[in-house]
Amino acid sequence: MRSKVWILATVVSALAILLSACAKPTPAPTQPPAPQPTQPPAQPTQPPAQPPAGEKVTLIIESWRNDDLPIWQDVIIPAFEKKYPNIHVIFSPTAPADYNGVLNSKLEAGTAGDLITCRPFDASLKLYEKGYLAPLNDLPGMENFTDFAKTAWSTDDMSVTFCVPMASVIHGFFYNKEAFDKLGLQEPVTWDEFYQVLDKIKADGTYIPLVMGTADMWEAATMGFQNIGPNYWKGEEGRLALIRGEAKFTDEPYIKTWQQLARWRDYLPPGFESVKYPDAQALFTLGKGAIYPTGSWEIALFEKQASFPLGIFKPPVEKAGDQCYISDHVDIALGMNAATKHPEEARIFLSWVASAEFADLYGNALPGFFPLHSTPVELKDPLAQEFVSWRNECKSTIRNSYHILSRGEPNLENELWRVSAAVINGTMTPEQAAQEIQAGLDKWYKPRP
Amino acid sequence: MITSKSRAFPWHIVVFLAPAAIVYTLFMTYPLLDSLRLSFFAIGPDNREYFVGLHNYFLLFTDSTYAPRFVGALKNNVVFFLVHMLVQNTIGLILAALLSSEGWGRKFYRTILFMPTVLSYVIIGFIWNLILSPLWGVTESILKAIRLGALFRPWLGLESTALVTISLISVWQFVGIPMVLFYAALIGIPEELVEAARVDGATGWQIFWRVKFPLILPTVGIVGILTFVGNFNAFDLIYTIKGALAGPNFATDIMGTLFYRTFFGQQLQLGNPTMGATIAAMMFLIILSGVLIYMFLWQRRIQTIEM
Repeated sequence: MRSKVWILATVVSALAILLSACAKPTPAPTQPPAPQPTQPPAQPTQPPAQPPAGEKVTLIIESWRNDDLPIWQDVIIPAFEKKYPNIHVIFSPTAPADYNGVLNSKLEAGTAGDLITCRPFDASLKLYEKGYLAPLNDLPGMENFTDFAKTAWSTDDMSVTFCVPMASVIHGFFYNKEAFDKLGLQEPVTWDEFYQVLDKIKADGTYIPLVMGTADMWEAATMGFQNIGPNYWKGEEGRLALIRGEAKFTDEPYIKTWQQLARWRDYLPPGFESVKYPDAQALFTLGKGAIYPTGSWEIALFEKQASFPLGIFKPPVEKAGDQCYISDHVDIALGMNAATKHPEEARIFLSWVASAEFADLYGNALPGFFPLHSTPVELKDPLAQEFVSWRNECKSTIRNSYHILSRGEPNLENELWRVSAAVINGTMTPEQAAQEIQAGLDKWYKPRP
Repeated sequence: MITSKSRAFPWHIVVFLAPAAIVYTLFMTYPLLDSLRLSFFAIGPDNREYFVGLHNYFLLFTDSTYAPRFVGALKNNVVFFLVHMLVQNTIGLILAALLSSEGWGRKFYRTILFMPTVLSYVIIGFIWNLILSPLWGVTESILKAIRLGALFRPWLGLESTALVTISLISVWQFVGIPMVLFYAALIGIPEELVEAARVDGATGWQIFWRVKFPLILPTVGIVGILTFVGNFNAFDLIYTIKGALAGPNFATDIMGTLFYRTFFGQQLQLGNPTMGATIAAMMFLIILSGVLIYMFLWQRRIQTIEM
């Protein structure tokens, strides 16, 4: 009996909620209107003269790179403060997974730092549109970056750039030099050579030819699809054609990319369907594998853990001598809080971040994260040097799912993870994958001419 | 005098109820109702909430993005639940029957069997990932030792087996709960009933099915409904083993992971709070209807049987 009363009460209250929801005015005034997106940066009230000597200004940097804290504190900030003794800089990172949420609430509350580390593309664009990031078009030093480097932190029409690009990561293949020497193998350049090398390693049987798993799915998309694909879709040309609607994922370049991934299945570790990313890293650094498709961000870890010499090679091309394309994915940048109390000093710091000096410091402190500066940086790490040298021979592009095309649902990036893993697992054909991706994109994306 | 006394408001009842009522309203009822409210709204391009009535539900059932995911998650959740019902609760009952009978080492086994239940999901996920790993796991070597090595598959990674494998891991983790509940019910049965049956010449098998089992039917109902509620709220184990995308190819996607992905977002997918609230409301409705069925169909009949 009592339970009956309880149910009645539940139903009645649910109905009441329904009705009250219906009665709400439309739209519900729950959030204050966003500030004007075109708002100019807050101008300093006093004339922007040099601060009086002795009066020190403190700038705070918001970042998700808590791993880099010692490098900022010991290398980067001291170098800046030596040059500008009147400005004191504090690097104040948040845990990566919490960063976006914490930063948003700090910005809303007006307690965020003066300088904001920018995620690529839509997350930062949203901050700019809400008026939290200041435009930096006229910042001295901005001319040091190409349009390609600035894409990730500019409005869609490229009219405003709101963060100074800092670094990118380059995709490629690592290999075990010891294994290659023992089996008398050369770095493959074309796809034919690639599979010849894999066949020889497989025939020998000592090493797992290609180390990768599909359990986490993102490797299939990021280290597979986005790694080897640019050679097929001709880098930026193909990426922009997708955005303009002139190309589709059902076109030949994309199908061919998935066809290559499907061929990898025979060379992967046993049970690769449930091999996770750390498993694959461990398998390779333990010397049990020969080739590992990945990106430059592994340099530091691999150099520390592998007891054998490491080599790298570029994603293979169809014929020797073909123009090569690499995924040179822009990842991290620095912007200015539009509400900062010290815009002059913040701009001084950002100009310095845009300088060749900073690029040199940063690129060498964090091998595998490559400065986006147009003057080449002299990197001391040999693997990092080799990765970055590819920029001279090949054309750079970014992952095609990051810019504009991941703004709707179903989300392109997630879908690429899913279908690329399924193609490698053999539960989906390349053609099916292409159709599912294109159908998902067609559902919400209206190409912009 | 008497009338004035009877009119006095029973303030002490209010005072005693207040802490629980306030806490429960603030942290359970209000969020639940607000989440239901949110499912009738959508967020416009200007970041404001707009009332859209049942549109989110319409999308969830018909849209080519949401409907297959919702139906898929629901189906997987039903499989997840059935595996628990059939395997976990059966084994739990058998173990409880064994523990409540005479035998050596009962306390030891009772503790050991209950232990996984108190472990964290992260540890369970990690351990089983390792045990079943095709690279470093012991499963393949054990199977090889008994000449069944050819049967080994990377079960957690295959579309056909991943969901059942995770369900069985969850069964392993939680088998202690039905076991303890059944055990408590079994040892609560008066010894005279069992003795009387024995005097009448019933075998052990008959005593269990004819005497003990009917007496623990209310517990069977409670275990069933606890399993149902727990399974349709499940999320943690699948998230720790397969991540929010619940791969491969959504083979392990259940309501909890679908909700999480939709509400909080995943990698480049931005969170969609209103659609997430819609999925949460559906989870609430599914669980509510399960509980109602239990209350009206099972609990009532059992009460009559009990007497």
